Amino acid sequence: MTPSLVSKYLGEREGQRPSPLSDRTQSGSKPLLELDALSVAIHGQPILRNLDLTIAPGEIVALTGESGSGKSMTALAAMGLLPHGAEMSGALRLDGRDHGQLSERRLCAIRGREIGMIFQEPMTALNPVQRIGQQVAETILVHRAMPRAAARARAAEVLARVGLPPDRVPPSRYPHELSGGQRQRVVIAMAIALRPKLLIADEPTTALDVTTQAQILALLRDLVREEGMALMMITHDLAVVAEMADRIAVMKSGEIVEQGETARLFAEMRHPYTRQLFEASRHRADLPAPRPDGPLLRVEAVTRHYPGPRAGLFRPGPPHVAVNGVSFEVARGERVGLVGESGCGKSTLARTILGLEPVQAGAITLDGAPVYRHGKPDRAVRRRVQVVFQDPYGSFNPRHRVGRLIAEPFHLLDDPPRGPERADAVARALIDVGLKPEHAEQHIHAFSGGQRQRIAIARALIIRPELVIFDEAVSALDVRVRAQILDLIADLSRQYGLTYLFISHDLSVVRGITDRVLVMRNGEIVEAGATETVFDTPAHGYTKSLLAAAPSLPQPPGGGHADDREPDAR
Amino acid sequence: MLAYALKRLLILAISLAIASLVIFLVVEVAPGDPASFMLGINARPDTVAALRAELGLDLPVHERYLAWVSGMVQGDFGTSYTYRAPVAQMVAERVQVSLPLALYALLLSTLIAFPAGIFAAARRGRAGDMAVMGATQLGVAVPNFWFAMLLVLLFALKLRWFSAGGFPGWEEPLQGLKALTLPAVALALPQAAILARVMRSALIDILHEDFIRTARAKGLSRRQALWRHGVRNALIPVLTIIGLQFSFLLAGAIIIEQVFFLPGLGRLIFQAITQRDLIVVESVVMLLVFAVIVVTFLTDLAYAAVDPRLRHRR
Amino acid sequence: MTRNLILGTLLTAFLVGAALLSFVWTPYPTDTVAIAERLQPPSASHWLGTDHFGRDMLSLVMVGARTSIAVALVAVGIGLGLGVPLGLAAAARSGGWLDEAIMRMNDLIFAFPSLVIAILITAIFGPGATNAIIAIGIFNIPVFARLSRGAALSLWRRDFILAARTAGKSAPRISAEHILPNIANLLIVQGTIQFSLGILAEAGLSYVGLGAQPPIPSWGRMLADAQTMVALAPHVAIIPGLAIVLSVLGLNLLGDGLRDRLDPRLGAVRR
Repeated sequence: MTPSLVSKYLGEREGQRPSPLSDRTQSGSKPLLELDALSVAIHGQPILRNLDLTIAPGEIVALTGESGSGKSMTALAAMGLLPHGAEMSGALRLDGRDHGQLSERRLCAIRGREIGMIFQEPMTALNPVQRIGQQVAETILVHRAMPRAAARARAAEVLARVGLPPDRVPPSRYPHELSGGQRQRVVIAMAIALRPKLLIADEPTTALDVTTQAQILALLRDLVREEGMALMMITHDLAVVAEMADRIAVMKSGEIVEQGETARLFAEMRHPYTRQLFEASRHRADLPAPRPDGPLLRVEAVTRHYPGPRAGLFRPGPPHVAVNGVSFEVARGERVGLVGESGCGKSTLARTILGLEPVQAGAITLDGAPVYRHGKPDRAVRRRVQVVFQDPYGSFNPRHRVGRLIAEPFHLLDDPPRGPERADAVARALIDVGLKPEHAEQHIHAFSGGQRQRIAIARALIIRPELVIFDEAVSALDVRVRAQILDLIADLSRQYGLTYLFISHDLSVVRGITDRVLVMRNGEIVEAGATETVFDTPAHGYTKSLLAAAPSLPQPPGGGHADDREPDAR
Repeated sequence: MLAYALKRLLILAISLAIASLVIFLVVEVAPGDPASFMLGINARPDTVAALRAELGLDLPVHERYLAWVSGMVQGDFGTSYTYRAPVAQMVAERVQVSLPLALYALLLSTLIAFPAGIFAAARRGRAGDMAVMGATQLGVAVPNFWFAMLLVLLFALKLRWFSAGGFPGWEEPLQGLKALTLPAVALALPQAAILARVMRSALIDILHEDFIRTARAKGLSRRQALWRHGVRNALIPVLTIIGLQFSFLLAGAIIIEQVFFLPGLGRLIFQAITQRDLIVVESVVMLLVFAVIVVTFLTDLAYAAVDPRLRHRR
Repeated sequence: MTRNLILGTLLTAFLVGAALLSFVWTPYPTDTVAIAERLQPPSASHWLGTDHFGRDMLSLVMVGARTSIAVALVAVGIGLGLGVPLGLAAAARSGGWLDEAIMRMNDLIFAFPSLVIAILITAIFGPGATNAIIAIGIFNIPVFARLSRGAALSLWRRDFILAARTAGKSAPRISAEHILPNIANLLIVQGTIQFSLGILAEAGLSYVGLGAQPPIPSWGRMLADAQTMVALAPHVAIIPGLAIVLSVLGLNLLGDGLRDRLDPRLGAVRR
């Protein structure tokens, strides 16, 4: 993907021809989309309550809020694609026509032609057995907007417009041959093929890496400006909102709690929830001063590769090198961050340190003792390292009770505690992470995402490991819960002097919770240094581009912390 | 695509080799000496020895295996102990009944199942779906040979539309086809019920996929999304079942032949078993297994035709 | 869809009940011939009529249920007992030679329909109910092996398995402690389906003479006996067939109902 994409198409901006497909009147004040006391209930349960919102042509309006706030449901309501059993009341008008009054037939004629939509997950949003050109042309053909040949030509043109020129990514490609960012471009091309008046983007960059995200956001912004489209942008990421939107609507539990122009909204933040979101998004944990004390973990020239796709029937292809000659050290008491984009090898590196995967070259030692002895992970070393994974839902056997889940690492001890002693250890671990001893009797499905990550931390700490690896441990959490978990990690650091390796793709999170940071790219560490130094004065070009691509929040208007514990308490 | 096909071809060859070895060894350990069986208990030892030599039974095991395999490759399946006739010729006559029957049933099953499955998926949860699902639930539970008996009872004995059994040969293709119609329907309906259920559930799974939502966002109606994006993707699991069904239909054909007194492989093999004509058993079994393995290979190729992701795999 | 579950449970209970009852009581003995009463249609004295030897059809159907259940149950047991460990082992060594070997072996067995296996076994040992059990059982092995491998593979990618590995647990232990309980529902549902398929397969094999032999009553053999008498006395052909249909239907409904109830979508958690 070219970073110069935007500039490449700058020429097209001047003398933008009027759309041949629709005669739109660009009357600045008349709203294009109007939600008027819109409410939606599914099987009688209210999902959206009394939404009032307008979007004018050429305007970018962001809907933001945590998961479950009703952002996506609003988008589906605008598309007329509400799930079965949904009841809509109030009005939702596009160009003055109320969608609630339209037949399914009329809605089909509007979808794709007057409203285009972009989804979150580019990996699954495309039909895997159809060529991308065909899929883009289908938008045109289904509305009988052009003859077949013209539609194909238009599809190629739109694909080129979104950064997939035919000479590099021909329309005859299948989705699986494209990267995530490229697929998202195809989805965008499908959405804009007929130059709709309104574009709805539902978390369009959440599944993408930060540099790809910056490119896609730039593309969306340009499209809106050039084609005079309105954009309804749905995202949980306040920084993205701040950079993209003309106006913002903050949603909570199906209601819009605050809306206004971006600059003004960030300056005022009248609703406490807005303030909480903002504070949590820029939250820095209060990390105690580091007390480094001699080397603990040593990674020396470690290489890990996987067999590549076979080149021929019997010929093995070149191996895929996930980790390439990586060396670093972590001192006892040190909090080290490891950042990089997806596929850079950071998780593979974590698994080699945990002794879950063999290495092809190099050595990993803990306090001088190798993690691997005779090709097998050494139990005595292993019990000194524990891990917290990303997915709060997949990290626990749903059939076991919390007590048994937390006690699992005891398996590594030669003489694990039993009976009351074990129950005590479990109770203490639960208290340490802010839960109650009686939670040990419950099954994991009774807990929220944030509570599950607390349980995961309890499990990691129960055998008092010397090194803890946090592998994207807060990435799946909503911002306010994330802030609380980061605080918990800081508290535990203060209490037990933890040493940890904090792996994340999210630069702002790493910044707030580590002393030193390693930047990884294509299996290699390209930059390492004290966290503040690396973030303030990055030396490597890649680090610079990462930091430049990351969207940033505006400066706070001044005011105290509003970091309450509400969402996690249940 | 070529690499994929070649790999499948290699697997086909290895499967055939192992299957032939298994069949040969199983028949090898079967008790009883064919030569003495053929000549009766009162035969003189030297006559038996002579016959053994004639049949090649005195050669070492591996030589006999190789001779059997190389014979089969050249179309020589050996000589039947009881009929004293070339097995290849006998099998060739019978295959003309069994294979068309299985294919006829496969065609019927697919023709019934696809519309039924798509219809039910499109009307999920509504009366049409309930009716189709109820019918398939019953269809899955019906043994095909019993269903065949009911068909005979109704269409041959009561209504006299079809004859109750027998096969006039292919001299008059339409008559041949007519004779195979009741057996094919009996075979096809239970399989169609299974296939329709698979088609329905595969389609319903796919209708929950993100790309169907994308298609709806483009302005496709529910029906258009189902047909243009659902059906082809649903074919991937459905093809697996069609491939598996062929082996059931072939085996089922052998049983159904008994109901309709059809001179197919079934009658040949059951006679051969009672007469302990092991060379016939061996050859027919090998032929059946060969057919199943080839159909598996064809299914794999069909996969790649439907799913571009497979074409690029090793 | 608890309707499925209720109807399925009732039909299955009826089938098992009839089979169990036949051990202690049947309306008439099944081993005595009464030519005078042959081929009687259903009546007050013989609810389901009599067969060509004058035996009571109801009694025969009850005893026949025993054969069907015994064959199908043992065959499912063989499939579960051998298939599941193989599938779990293949998943634990995913991508390795063991996995490849197990899966290729499965493919190979799939090329031998139960009928073909039964033919081969009969060719060696002669016909008998054991043949049917072995033939159907062997065919069940790859069914369960594939199912458990597929389900286990998706579990092995889950973080809680990684967590168990970081706790130093071995693959067999993880398979037993974490994988098996999470695929148990899936196996139960598939088990009932294979059970019903086993009943169908046993009937087919007995029908062509490769299954249960006289004097063991079996639904398939009853149908074979009835074949020449369909025109004279349709009930001798219809009744055993109905017994098969109702049993299979009951088990399938039970399987569907269990699937809805147990929700074998692995570790499905409400988000």
